[in-house]
Amino acid sequence: MQESVKPDGITPSQTVGPFFKYGLTPTGEYAWNDAFTNSTLTPDVTGDCIRIEGRVFDGDGVAVPDCMLEIWQPDGQGRFADPQDKRALPNASFRGFARCGTDKDGNYAFDTIKPGVVPDPDGKPQAPHILLAVFGRGMLRHLYTRIYFSDEAGNAADPVLALVPADRRATLTAVREGGKAVYRLDLHLQGDDETVFFEV
Amino acid sequence: MTFIYPVDSNKAHPLPLSPEYKSSIKRAPNKPLIPMRHTLSELTGPVYGHETVREGDSDLTTQHSGEPIGERIIVHGHVRDEDGRGVPNSLVEIWQANACGRYVHVRDQHPAPLDPNFTGAGRTVSDASGYYRFVTIKPGAYPWGNHHNAWRPAHIHLSVFGHSFVTRLVTQMYFPNDPLFPFDPIFNSVPDEKARARMVSSFDLENTKPEWALCYRFDIVLRGKNATPMENH
Repeated sequence: MQESVKPDGITPSQTVGPFFKYGLTPTGEYAWNDAFTNSTLTPDVTGDCIRIEGRVFDGDGVAVPDCMLEIWQPDGQGRFADPQDKRALPNASFRGFARCGTDKDGNYAFDTIKPGVVPDPDGKPQAPHILLAVFGRGMLRHLYTRIYFSDEAGNAADPVLALVPADRRATLTAVREGGKAVYRLDLHLQGDDETVFFEV
Repeated sequence: MTFIYPVDSNKAHPLPLSPEYKSSIKRAPNKPLIPMRHTLSELTGPVYGHETVREGDSDLTTQHSGEPIGERIIVHGHVRDEDGRGVPNSLVEIWQANACGRYVHVRDQHPAPLDPNFTGAGRTVSDASGYYRFVTIKPGAYPWGNHHNAWRPAHIHLSVFGHSFVTRLVTQMYFPNDPLFPFDPIFNSVPDEKARARMVSSFDLENTKPEWALCYRFDIVLRGKNATPMENH
């Protein structure tokens, strides 16, 4: 085996391209199985089951039919299914990761639980949020954003939302629809309503 | 602003807008990305192990009743971080065109034959040292509509997770000395020549299997916590 040497930098990103579906999100349409689904729900996870749905649009307002979205989140008590989070995770099968390809009309949907509160590096609470990575043809590097929730009082004091100009915070806030446990958030890759993306 | 994973590492990536690659024009954000400190949300990431990967998923030549047409190859290497450490237990997913340059995807209309014995998708998990290995077919170059006489250099798409959600990487592995490199706007969207070279596999005679398959080595380098910014090299 080759000896370990310090590399001169990371491997650069390249677009996921237009043809990833059969490999990454086949959902029964190709002779390949899915490693992931669009749900994080497991029988042992507790909390509020919710659906987050919306559409993805390009700079002309045209629906993007070939995006892949990935979410990463803690459980309902704010604990991540990763040994780097030292707090105990009682729900052993919960993973907190899901993947969804957009359909021909740019629609996506995730079934998950409302995430709990996670501290920021200073120990202050962050409002409940989900990390979202966006991949697609035409996107040379995936983009990171966050999903917050319209019915969370903690948004007002959230340290990350505070970095975002007030008139753009709505692009990060999934809006609860009526009395249902369904939140809606459209993504705009470009334009007047452009979603806030973070450098992380 | 302090980043646990130095953000300068990201300078190796293409800028979101690369006008020569036409699809980026309406899909790249116009507004600057907003820098933010890494919190526990960014520093953790999905942990997947062998339950996600079935035996044989890393051999793309044995997924159907017969053998696929084309040049059988071994693609292997290490998933490493920028500090040179192997990244163990990392899920590596690949997908690619067949030997004729045709994807099985329904929207690929390139008039080259599909191969009933080749889907072109695989996955594996890196071992304790970060090592991974696939057996597949060398993909063909194919035309695309970006500009007149546009052809993509042969490549294998890779998706890798690593230690955290910010080390997530989707990239493409190229083959050495491809004459199409100078003309490909996706390959050339990476501004730094040395960084582009890190997307090109190397021919590996030592691990080529006599009478069976050529071998290519491709090390995948993810962000590290102690990375030295590129400018200091």
